[in-house]
Amino acid sequence: MAETKKLAIIASQGTLDWAYPPFILASTAAAMDMEAVIFFTFYGLPLLKKEIDARVAPHSNPAMPMKMPFGSKEFQNFNWPIPNFVSGNMPGFESMATMMMKETFKQKGVATIEQLRSMCLEFGVRFIACQMTMEVFGFEKEEFIDGVEYGGAATFLEYAADANISLFI
Amino acid sequence: MSDITSNVELNCEGLNCPLPILKTKKTIDGMQSGEVLKISTTDPGSVSDMASWAKRTGNELLEHVEQGNVHRFYIRKK
Repeated sequence: MAETKKLAIIASQGTLDWAYPPFILASTAAAMDMEAVIFFTFYGLPLLKKEIDARVAPHSNPAMPMKMPFGSKEFQNFNWPIPNFVSGNMPGFESMATMMMKETFKQKGVATIEQLRSMCLEFGVRFIACQMTMEVFGFEKEEFIDGVEYGGAATFLEYAADANISLFI
Repeated sequence: MSDITSNVELNCEGLNCPLPILKTKKTIDGMQSGEVLKISTTDPGSVSDMASWAKRTGNELLEHVEQGNVHRFYIRKK
């Protein structure tokens, strides 16, 4: 059998949309018999918390489609033009947009972040939390799920030096 | 329809990327070498993904049948 391929990912973003790619790619890599490591740093670190509270950031995001998760197909496909003035000033807009995107994902048969994260662990994906970011942001190990390793840049690079695929997300 | 007989069936209809692949992996891990897994999906992306997954893992994609919007894959475990 050929040598095991290795995937190395740095997860540096914590919004709902950016939380998906690291978990999708790492779980799929493991399902394809590859080794996978995700290094969580800066805003990616909260993705290791027991309860994930990732939200979408609709403000000043012109590429983000604003769609309804209910109604007829034509209604669902309509892209609502929301001006920045509204997305930035209307209280609760971010929560509403997050709720609607989660509902759309659910209806389209997309896994939740929590599901993908536990499948990663089940398939043997290694999670490394950036120790420095933990100190800076004041996170405690008790806040995170079990099975997380702790380390810094050298820990990640030592693994990534032999990786076939390295991604910064 | 296919005349291949399957040992295990997995229904992934309605599921989107990457769930059909993850569930396929989980299911095939519990099977014996030489057994055939039949997977049904509705995700159009699974056509390419299933072939890539089989190629990478060394499990053999015996057949892909398309019926309406449902895809059926027959995979023999290596």
